[in-house]
Amino acid sequence: MNPLDEGTSDDAIMDSYQKYVGRKTIFILSTLIILILAAGLAGSLGQAKITAWDAYAAFLSRYFPNYFSSSWLAETTIWNLRLPRIALGIVTGAGLGIAGCIMQGVLKNPLASPYTLGISAGATFGASLAIIGGAGLVGGDYLIIGNAFFFSLLVSFIIIGFAGRRGATPETMVLVGIAVLYIFSAATTFLQYFGEESAVVQSVFWSVGSLERASWEKVFISGALVIVSIPLLMLKSWDLNILTTGDDSARSLGVNVKQIRIYTMSIVSLMVSSIVCFTGTIGFIGLVAPHITRLVIGTDYRYLIPASGIVGAILIVGSDIISRNLIPPIIIPVGVITAFMGGPLFLYLIMRRRMGYF
Amino acid sequence: MNLIVKDLEFCYTSRTILNKISLELRPCEMLGVIGPNGSGKSTLIQCIDGLLKPKTGSILLDGNDLKNISRKEMAKMVGYVPQTTSRSFFPSTVLDTVLMGRRPHLGWRSSNKDVRNVIAVLKLIGIEDLAMRDINELSGGQQQKVLIARAIAQDPSILLLDEPTSNLDIKHQLEVIEIIREKVMERNISAIMAVHDLNLAAKYTDRIVMMKDGKIFAAGTPDKVLTPENIRSVYGVVAEVINNNGSSPHIIPVRSLRRLGQSLSDNTHPATITSVIS
Repeated sequence: MNPLDEGTSDDAIMDSYQKYVGRKTIFILSTLIILILAAGLAGSLGQAKITAWDAYAAFLSRYFPNYFSSSWLAETTIWNLRLPRIALGIVTGAGLGIAGCIMQGVLKNPLASPYTLGISAGATFGASLAIIGGAGLVGGDYLIIGNAFFFSLLVSFIIIGFAGRRGATPETMVLVGIAVLYIFSAATTFLQYFGEESAVVQSVFWSVGSLERASWEKVFISGALVIVSIPLLMLKSWDLNILTTGDDSARSLGVNVKQIRIYTMSIVSLMVSSIVCFTGTIGFIGLVAPHITRLVIGTDYRYLIPASGIVGAILIVGSDIISRNLIPPIIIPVGVITAFMGGPLFLYLIMRRRMGYF
Repeated sequence: MNLIVKDLEFCYTSRTILNKISLELRPCEMLGVIGPNGSGKSTLIQCIDGLLKPKTGSILLDGNDLKNISRKEMAKMVGYVPQTTSRSFFPSTVLDTVLMGRRPHLGWRSSNKDVRNVIAVLKLIGIEDLAMRDINELSGGQQQKVLIARAIAQDPSILLLDEPTSNLDIKHQLEVIEIIREKVMERNISAIMAVHDLNLAAKYTDRIVMMKDGKIFAAGTPDKVLTPENIRSVYGVVAEVINNNGSSPHIIPVRSLRRLGQSLSDNTHPATITSVIS
C-alpha cells in the first residue's frame, strides 16, 4: 500500500475527522479551565488580601461546608464583593460572545455584533433619556435599567422587522443596524448637549460599559436569560451551519431561512438587552470572541456557540482583572479595557492568519 | 420520480420571466435547459425547487402539488446545486459541508454512520483526499464538486443543477458533468440541468428544452432541438451542426448576427469556417 492510499482510506478519513471533532471538545474543556483559573485570580486580587486558593475555598465552603473551610473575611469579601462582579463578567462575556457568533452567522457578515448593529447604542440612549430626563426623581435605578432594556430591544425589533419584509437580505439587516446606530448615537449626543452637567456626566459614565453596578440580583436576571438561550440556540445548530453556505442552498436543504433568522435574532436580542441594560456598552467582545473561536475550531455551531461564550467570558474576566489593577485604586471601566485589548489583538489575528472570509 | 410542470408563469413585479412553461421530467432522465442569458433558465430551476413562488401554473412531484409539500419533505426528494460563484464561506471542512446534505434525514447529532455515508459520497465524486480541507482553500472546480457531493449526500430523487460547469475549465467541466451523468444512471435519479455549452448539452442530456424570452422555443432530443435554424433564431448565431450518423450533434458557432440586415447568405464553406474559428 502506498502512502497516498493510506491517507484517503475510509478509516483514515474517519480517524482524522474524529480527531478534528475531538480537538473541539478539548478546546471547550481547556477554555473552561482557563475561565475558572481567571475567576480565581480575579477573586484573589483587591484591597483585602486573599489568596486564589482562599477564594476557591470561600466559594466552595457554601456548598460543601464539610470539606472546605474559610475565614469570615474571605467569605464575605468573595460572596458579597468580588463574586457578583466576576459572575456578571462571565454572564456578560458569554452572552455577548454567543450573540456575536449568532449574528455573524445569520447575517453572514463578519462585522455583525451587538455593538455594530446598534443594540448598545439603543441601550445608551434609553439610559441617557432616563438620567437626563430626570430619572433621579422617580424610579431611579430601575427606570434607567428599564429604559435601556426597552430601547435596546426596540433597535432589535426594527432590525428584525426589516428581516420579515419581502426581499430582505442579510446585508439590508446589517445596514439597518448601522443606520439605527447612527440615529441613536445622535439622539444621545443631542440629549447630552442640552442636559444638566451632572446628569450628562452620569450618562457618559453609564455609556462606558462597566461591571461596577454588579449585584446578585442582576447576575440572576441576565444569567437566567443566557442559560435559557443557549440550548434554544444550540438546537438550531444545523440550520445555522447550513445558512453560512447561502440562503438558496439552505432553503433547498429544508431550512426555513426567514423563520430561523427571526427566531435566533429574537432570542439573541432579548439576551443582549438583559445584559447591556445593566452593564452599558462593552464593545468588541461580541465581535472578537466568535472570531477567535472560529479560528481555532471552525464554524460548526454545535461547538461554536458554547465555545464563543466561554471565550467571551474569559476576555471580560481578564479585562476586568486588568481594569482593577492597572492603576489601583482607580478602576478603569472594563469597556475601555476590552476595546484597548481587543483592538490590537484582533489586528494581530488578522495579520497572522487571513481568515478566508474577509 | 416523475416531475410535471404545467403552465408555469413567473413575474418580477411587472416583467414576465417565465411564460406558460410546461415540461415533464421522466424517471432516470437527464434534461438539459438551454437558452441565452436572461431567457429564464435559472428562474425555472428555482421555481421547480420552490425557492421562487410562481404566479400561476403548477408543479407536480409524482402527482403531488409542490404547494402541499413541506420544505423538509421537499429536501428529501429534490437536491439543488446553485450556480458557482466565487463566494467565501466561513471556514468549514469539506466533510462538514457535505454532511449538511444529510440534514433533512438527521437529528441534532450526526452519527458515525452518517460520516461514513458522506465519505462514500466523497469517494464517488473522487474528492476524498479533500475531506479535511477548508472549503475556502479550494479552487472553483473543487468547490463545485463539493456542492454536488452535498446534493448527492442529500439522497434526492431529482437533482436540479444551475449551470454546474460555467466557471470551470474544460477538464473540470467534463469531470463534473460525467459524474452527474453516472449518478443519474447509477442511483436511478433524474436531473434537470441548465447549461450554456451546447456541445455539453448535446452530448450528456437525453432531452433538451430550449428557452427564449421565458418561453419554450423547442423541446426534444438533442439532434431535433440543436439545429442551425433553432440556434440562429434563439441565440442570433450562425452555427454549423455536424450530425455524425445518430450520435450526439456537434455545434460549431460561426459568427453572431449582430447587425440586422447584414447579409445572411450561407456561403460558409469549410475554408471560411476554419478561418473564422482560428
